[in-house]
Amino acid sequence: MNDCASLDVGHVTKRFGGLVAVKDISLNVKAGEILGLIGPNGSGKSTVMKLIMGIVRPDAGSVRISGQEVAGLPSYKIARMGVGIVFQHSRPLHRQTVLENIKLALLPDKLTRLFADPGIEARVRAIAERVGLSAVLDRLPSTLPFADLRKIEIAKAIARDPKVLLIDEPFAGLTQQETAAFSQLIAELRDDGRAILLVDHNVKSVARLVDRVLAMYVGEQIAEGSAEQVMGDETVRRVYLGGSIETAARPESAFSDAATPFLEVEKLSVHYGKAQALEDVSIHVHAGEFVSVVGLNGAGKTTLFNAISGLLPYVGEIRQQGHALRGLSAARVARNGIVQAPEGRELFVDMTVRENLDLGAHHLAPDESATQIEWLFELFPILRERQGQAAGTLSGGEQQMLTIARALMMKPKLLILDEPTLGLAPIILEQISHIIETLRRTTSISMLLGEQNVTFALPHADRVYVLEHARIVWEGPPNRFAAEAGRGYL
Amino acid sequence: MLKSQTLRILLIGLAVVVAASFLPLGVSGYVLGLLTVAYYFGVFSMAWDLLFGFAGEVNFGPTFLIGTGAYTAGILDNLYGLPIWVCVLAGTLAAVVGGLILALPALRVRGPYFGLTTLVAVLMLQNFIVVDAGLTGGEIGLTVPDVLTISEVVNYQIALWFMAVSGAILFALSRSPVGLILQASGQDDVQAGALGFNVTKHKLFAFIISAFFSGLAGALLVFYFGSASIGTLIDVTVGVQIIIAAVLGGRRTILGAVLGAVFLIAMSEVLRPLGDLSNFTVFALALVVVLVFPNGFFGLLTRHKESV
Repeated sequence: MNDCASLDVGHVTKRFGGLVAVKDISLNVKAGEILGLIGPNGSGKSTVMKLIMGIVRPDAGSVRISGQEVAGLPSYKIARMGVGIVFQHSRPLHRQTVLENIKLALLPDKLTRLFADPGIEARVRAIAERVGLSAVLDRLPSTLPFADLRKIEIAKAIARDPKVLLIDEPFAGLTQQETAAFSQLIAELRDDGRAILLVDHNVKSVARLVDRVLAMYVGEQIAEGSAEQVMGDETVRRVYLGGSIETAARPESAFSDAATPFLEVEKLSVHYGKAQALEDVSIHVHAGEFVSVVGLNGAGKTTLFNAISGLLPYVGEIRQQGHALRGLSAARVARNGIVQAPEGRELFVDMTVRENLDLGAHHLAPDESATQIEWLFELFPILRERQGQAAGTLSGGEQQMLTIARALMMKPKLLILDEPTLGLAPIILEQISHIIETLRRTTSISMLLGEQNVTFALPHADRVYVLEHARIVWEGPPNRFAAEAGRGYL
Repeated sequence: MLKSQTLRILLIGLAVVVAASFLPLGVSGYVLGLLTVAYYFGVFSMAWDLLFGFAGEVNFGPTFLIGTGAYTAGILDNLYGLPIWVCVLAGTLAAVVGGLILALPALRVRGPYFGLTTLVAVLMLQNFIVVDAGLTGGEIGLTVPDVLTISEVVNYQIALWFMAVSGAILFALSRSPVGLILQASGQDDVQAGALGFNVTKHKLFAFIISAFFSGLAGALLVFYFGSASIGTLIDVTVGVQIIIAAVLGGRRTILGAVLGAVFLIAMSEVLRPLGDLSNFTVFALALVVVLVFPNGFFGLLTRHKESV
């Protein structure tokens, strides 16, 4: 019906400080079409979505809605030009019923409207009918299951009948059955003639729904085409799976503590409110063994690590050398030798590199601490140079090294690394990779590495677990991974 | 369903106010005087709750708005002997204008900085009053020649019905579509923007409404006291009491703020025999209530209905 595409993004670039989050990305979505925007965590895909919605402003480039330039406008103006967004996390008004939550999205942006239009409730009911919320309109959001909360978000996003609909991780946290129903709904919304942009981590989860896919990696476009083409693309395969993987895995029988492994996790379950984050997860790590837990974002890796570190309540059993860890504080767990380098890094950004490291060593004797720091400076020469610099001014890669170094200052017996590659350029990955290899060869430390980047996770692992939707679905040596479990990672 | 709840709460409120209007038949003038002040403070707290509970902005300077209204009205009466209602209107207007001047830049900053900006505004006003003592009466205070009335009973009824009308307006507003948008803007401004709402416009509106009622109540209070002083209207501790009253009564309830204000003033009276310890005890008690019942008095009263 219209010559120009509903959504036309041209050469947008966005920098956050020294980090280029989005670099020269162009895409377009026509009416009645679904484009999948995929990329691993930290690739910049969510930033692209926020640039379109006007939540962040592009440093360069254009965003056109049906031919009209909107780049730089505030998001309420962009919303009124026909763009709707479904956020990944649902944040409804908790004191209001579902009906009121949907009604909100239909209200005009006026201060003079003290009474809503009489017809508004009928419209709310029609929208609720469409997304399948009719039965729960009068309930409060806190009494609803997770899938219904997501439906409220969709209902709000389509309330104003947007031409362009942006959906962030449509299926995160949903069961298979719910995912099928959601796919159906999204397909119907496309058939209404809307342009839909689906943002997700991998092609597989959206392959059946999308007309085209655009893949991103560290801010740049790496492939575009049909789902099949993108899955077959060499660069995409390399980013997600790595090339030929060289592994130096040691067999489990090589470890002497076969009877009582250093760390045992048995039938671990964790809930966040209604969402089950882990279900019956059992893993173990031998003394000196390097184990990778591979899983997409939201699979439950961080939850698993936080439960082990004593940060979360859980059902099940976690043992260190046969002794249950339940009831120990996080600080005690760390001092007993299980130390985590967290995903968010959690450095003290205003303190210097040296101060951050010294904090990691505050329970060590001074000479012990000096030896440890000398060893770490050999392992991470860059940190020696940067000693006096504030941690917040380091590059992303240097910050990651500092995080690992700080954890090592505590002289861990088991080091937990949560997504060390998050948002880092390939060259930095190689350096971190080298350090992990050195640790494996020259120390007796055990390692538990959580990664969605399989390329990075496999070469360092003696054994691999695959975590998917809160469950362990595969366990084995790295060299069997590509054949048995690899396809899910494209 | 919710409409009928709004109506029911308004009717219950009306019944309580009508009942309270018969109090002069049974209690002493002294108690009436205390309640009169409590009602004005109730309006301060309700106006504050609209900003905090709904717009999500912590205003540490409610007394900036109140003081601007009160002193403008008092000074005009003092200098020109204008009719009281003209002074009150001018005071209200001054509070709204002052609120706008404060809010426009303050709403550009996020989180705690908004609160800090409002706090600094109070200190500036306080300093201005001290420095320009010839106009404002300085630290001694400002005495105005006129009062609303010298009858305790009439003063009590004015305060009661002023509070009732303000409460009804603020409460109805909080439950209207505008209140819904405001609450969404306060809780998640990114999402509210993505739904097509100009968040800044709505928060500014809330600030103006809050300034209007704060200034109006402040100006009326001057003509009840017959005076204005930093200690009774502007000092940061006065602002803290207003905030405590609102939180005690129940955040996001508007009407709860009145319960909180009456409670605070009643308690400091009951505990007066403790002497220096009385204020300490009141605040300690308030702390306990906030920690144990974070939803406040009003939350306790309505909890049953919401859980059904």
